Amino acid sequence: MNFGDVLAQALPLTILFATPYLFAALGEVFVQRSGVLNLGVEGMMLMGAFTAIYAVSSKGMGADPVVGLLIAAGVGGLMGLAMAFVSVTLQAEQGISGIGFTLFGLGLSSLLFKLLAGGVITAQGFQPIHIPFLSDIPVIGKILFQQNILVYLAFALVPILMWVLNRTKWGLQIRAVGQNPAAADSMGVNVALVRYATVIFGGIMAGIAGASLSIAATPIFQENMTEGRGFIAVALVYFGGWSPFRVMLGALLFSIANNLQIWAQILNVEIAGSTIPPNLLIMVPYILTIAVLVFTRQRKQNEPAALTKPFQRGEN
Amino acid sequence: MKSRLTFSRGDLVVALAPIVAILLALVAGGVLLLMLGADPIQAYGTMIDGAFGSQAALLRTLTRATPLLIIAVGICIAFRAGVINIGAEGQVFVGAITAVSFSLGLGATLPAILLAPLTLLAGFLAGAFWGAIPGYLKARFDVNEILSTVMMNEIAVQLLLYLLSGPLIDPAQVAAGSRIPQSAQIPEASWLARLAPPSQVHVGLFIGLAMAVVVYLLLWRTTIGYRIRAVGQNKNASRYAGISVPRYLMLALVLSGGLAGLAGAVELQGINHRVVEGFAVGYGFSGIVVALFGRLHPLGAIPSAFLFGALLVGADKMQRTMQVPSATVTALQGLIVIFVVSSDIFVRRYNARRTARAVKAAPPPAEVNQPAPEGVV
Repeated sequence: MNFGDVLAQALPLTILFATPYLFAALGEVFVQRSGVLNLGVEGMMLMGAFTAIYAVSSKGMGADPVVGLLIAAGVGGLMGLAMAFVSVTLQAEQGISGIGFTLFGLGLSSLLFKLLAGGVITAQGFQPIHIPFLSDIPVIGKILFQQNILVYLAFALVPILMWVLNRTKWGLQIRAVGQNPAAADSMGVNVALVRYATVIFGGIMAGIAGASLSIAATPIFQENMTEGRGFIAVALVYFGGWSPFRVMLGALLFSIANNLQIWAQILNVEIAGSTIPPNLLIMVPYILTIAVLVFTRQRKQNEPAALTKPFQRGEN
Repeated sequence: MKSRLTFSRGDLVVALAPIVAILLALVAGGVLLLMLGADPIQAYGTMIDGAFGSQAALLRTLTRATPLLIIAVGICIAFRAGVINIGAEGQVFVGAITAVSFSLGLGATLPAILLAPLTLLAGFLAGAFWGAIPGYLKARFDVNEILSTVMMNEIAVQLLLYLLSGPLIDPAQVAAGSRIPQSAQIPEASWLARLAPPSQVHVGLFIGLAMAVVVYLLLWRTTIGYRIRAVGQNKNASRYAGISVPRYLMLALVLSGGLAGLAGAVELQGINHRVVEGFAVGYGFSGIVVALFGRLHPLGAIPSAFLFGALLVGADKMQRTMQVPSATVTALQGLIVIFVVSSDIFVRRYNARRTARAVKAAPPPAEVNQPAPEGVV
C-alpha cells in the first residue's frame, strides 16, 4: 500500500476523532479564561455520551440525533451549573470537586447504561454529509468534506469562539474576570455571573463532546468510553496556551496519537520482527499528554492569573 | 504545634462537616435510585445488612477496608503537602504487578521467611516509583499533578493488560489455549496469613492500622512531616523558612505512591494470590474518597476506610439481591467528594470567625506565623 492510500484512510479518522477533543477543550478554554478549572469534563462527557445515545437508540427514545445532541448538551449544562455552584458560590477546591464530578458522571453513566440499556446499546446517529462539489475533490474531499455535521460544527466554532473571546464585550469580561477579578468587579462586572456562564457553557460543550463520541464518531456506548479524553482536553487547553486555534491543532495531534493503532496497521509497522502490542500503542496519547504538560510550562503568559482562585469581594 | 488528639469545638465542626456531607450525598443518591425505579430505603437497608448483618459480613467489610486504609493513609501525605494525588489507581496496579513478578521470579531462590516482606517491599517501591514520576514533574516543571497522575493511571492500566496478556501470562492459560489475561499464582510463602478462616481477613489489616499510626507520627512528630505540612499550607513561607519545597513535594508523592503500591501488594498476597484482569479496579479512587472523608488525617482514615469498605460490600449485596448495579457506589462516591469538598466553606467560615474573635480578645502575639489550615488541601 502506498503512502497516499494510507493518508486517505487515516486522515478522515483523524479529523473525526479530533471532534470530541475539540468540543470539550474549546469549552474548557472559556472556563479557564474566566479563572475556573473544571476537571469534571470527563464525567460530563460520559453523561453526554450516554444520554445522547439513549435518546437516539431504538432501545431508548428512538429520537432524532438532533434531539440526542440537545439532551446531551442540556445534561452537560446541568452538571456545569452544579460545578459552578460548588466552585463559585461554595468556593470549593476546584481540582478535587472536578474529580468528584468525574466520578459521579462515570458512576451514573455506567449505572444508567446497565439499568436502562442492559449493557448493550447502539444507534444510528449523525451520518456523514457529502458537501456538494467539495466532497468530490480527490483525497481532500474524503478527508475534509465527507464528515458528519458535528465535525463541521466543531471546526466552525474555532473562529467563532476566537472572535467572541478576543473581539466582543463578553470575551473581554471573561478575560478580565480570569486575570483580575477584583479589578473586573470594581468596573461593575459581575464576577460570579460570568463564571457561572462559562462553567455552564463548558458543561454544554463537554456534553456535546460526549455525544460526538457516541452518536457521531461511533454508533455505540461503552462504560468509561471516554478513556481519559476529558482530562486530555483539559491538558489541551494548556497545550494551546488558552487560545482556541492552538487548541484545535492540539486536538488534531492527539487524534493522530489516538489512532496510532490504525496507522500502525495500515503502515504495518514492525519493531524487532514483531508487531507492536496494541496496549503499548494505546498508551501513546497519555504519554504524549504528560510530555505536552512538561513542554508547555515555559509558555504561560496567557495563563489566567486567577485560575482556580475563588473570588470573594473584599478579600482579593 | 497543638496535639491532634485533643478536641475542641472547632474540631467538632471539622468532624461534623463531612458527616453532614455524606448524609446529603446519601439523600441525593436515594433520590437518584428512586428516579431509576429502585426503592432507596430497601437499597440502603440491603447495603447495611450486607455490610454489618452478620459476622461474616463484618469480616468481609474489614477485608475490603484493608487496601482502602493503606491507600487513604498515603493520600493523606500527598494532600497534606498540597499535592492532589489522583494516581493511586495506577500506583496500586504497578505495585501489584511488580509484587507478582518479584514473588514468581525469586520465590524459589529467596528464603521462605523473607519472601512475603520483600514482596511487600517490592510493591511499595514500584508504587513509589510510579508516584515519583509525577512528583518529579511537579517539583521540577510545575506540571499539574492531577492531570499527570490521571495519565499515569491510564498508562498503568495498559501496562497491566499488556503484561497479563503477554510476558506475565499464566503458563497454564497458554497450555490450555484459553489465554485468559491473568498471572500465575504466587508461591505460598509470600501469602499473608488469614486471621479468621474461612473469611478472607488477613494480616494486611494490621499492616494498614500500623501504617496509619506510622504516618500520623511521621506527619505530626517528625521534622520531615512538619515540613511536608508546611509546604502544603504555604509554599512561599516554607521557601523563606529554608525548606526545599520541590524536594518535599516529590517526597510526598513518592510516599503516597509507595503506600498505594503496598496496598496493591497486600491485596495480591492477602486475597487473590494472582493478578487478574480487573484486579483492584476502583480501589485507588475509593482510597481518595476515604482520605477526604477522614479529613486527610491518617487516624481519621481508619473509621473512614471501615465505612467505605462497608459501602462497597453492601453495594455487592445490593447488586446480587436487587439487581442495582454496583456502579451506584461510584456515583455515590462522586457525590460524597462533591459534598465533602463543598462543606469546607463552613469549616473555613468557622475558623475565620474564631480567628476574628481571638484577635479582638487579645492583641496579636509577636509571631502569628502559623497559617490557618486551608480546609481540604
